[in-house]
Amino acid sequence: MNPRRKKRLTIVSSILLGIAAVAGLTLYALSQNIDLFYTPTEIVQGKTDTGIKPVIGQRIRIGGLVVPGSVKRDSESLKVSFQLVDKGPMVTVNFDGILPDLFREGQGIVANGTLVGADVLEASEVLAKHDENYMPKEIAEAVGENHQKLDYNDKQLSN
Amino acid sequence: MWKWLHPYANPEVSYHFSVKLTPWLTAIAAILIPVGIVWALAFVPADYQQGDSFRIFYLHVPAAMLSMGIYVGIAIAAFSSLVWQLKLADASAAALAPIGAIFTVIALFTGAAWGKPMWGTWWIWDARLTSELILLFLYLGVIALHNAFDDKNLAGKAAGILSIVGVINIPIIHYSVEWWNTLHQGATVSKLDKPSMSVEMLWPFLICFLGFSFFVAALGCKRFCTEVLARNSMRPWVRALATAQEKK
Repeated sequence: MNPRRKKRLTIVSSILLGIAAVAGLTLYALSQNIDLFYTPTEIVQGKTDTGIKPVIGQRIRIGGLVVPGSVKRDSESLKVSFQLVDKGPMVTVNFDGILPDLFREGQGIVANGTLVGADVLEASEVLAKHDENYMPKEIAEAVGENHQKLDYNDKQLSN
Repeated sequence: MWKWLHPYANPEVSYHFSVKLTPWLTAIAAILIPVGIVWALAFVPADYQQGDSFRIFYLHVPAAMLSMGIYVGIAIAAFSSLVWQLKLADASAAALAPIGAIFTVIALFTGAAWGKPMWGTWWIWDARLTSELILLFLYLGVIALHNAFDDKNLAGKAAGILSIVGVINIPIIHYSVEWWNTLHQGATVSKLDKPSMSVEMLWPFLICFLGFSFFVAALGCKRFCTEVLARNSMRPWVRALATAQEKK
């Protein structure tokens, strides 16, 4: 390689390395703030490395798994309450509205709303998270992955 | 070691090579895409959770992977153009940029159409979606810079620097779902582990992905040819080609 090319190669490579370092450090510094949601454990105990805890009245997003058997639904209206868990404490979510199709017990969801108690969230929006695994029904049944879908009755939908 | 590559630095040689390559790439894409899409839409079993909605995977994922792949290609071309001052590398970067931008739009659009029924929202500002949107803006910037200067060498240099700087976004897009909590799920296919998809679902995906890759290659070759002709319009060999065309 001739010296001029070598020089250009060094310059371009070092610019690229410099930018990579800057971007890496920035993202590392921002890392917790880029998270879309708090997990139930983080709401109760605070973020793992900063200890930041959301205060009551704050609008936050929470993401976790719906605890099987915790879904309580009002038979007259669309009001529903359920508990979310990741690996520690549970947080109760209250919601009034139609849940997404993928909402099931055991399913990961993200809820957007206001924290009304230390571990109670009044959700204004519930989004379902799905995982990266895709399989036909027969295989899912064979490995016991099938969750039951919730259905609405006519009375609930008419409200 | 790279001696065999040297003749292709000549626009005329590269042009004729691309012209010869285009129909083959087009033919392979024209076979693979219909096979893959029909297989995916009609014969693949429905997903256990998402039912038929998951079939948009076969359009969304190849588009997203190619939007990132094309960008890496552009960055490599820009890098070699800056270091070795290959004018043809600029031409290929300029040819690829709009294709990549369109694939990014397709990935964002199919993602929104998939997100509404499954997640419950068209859009959410999570790390994956936001970084993919930034990729679209990078593409638009690269395209704009390629067209911002009358001097094509200057334009290539400016666009090249932007594409090299922007390449930092590619690993961010890829790892966003691992580094941060996102609504978007993790990688199904593009990871070192075994793909988390049953085999009967995976095969049509690979065919779709290959088909779209060949489609991108064919479009890229075609655009590269026109780009080379436009940039060399005053050269005798281009004029000779034009007069030969007129006589036909």
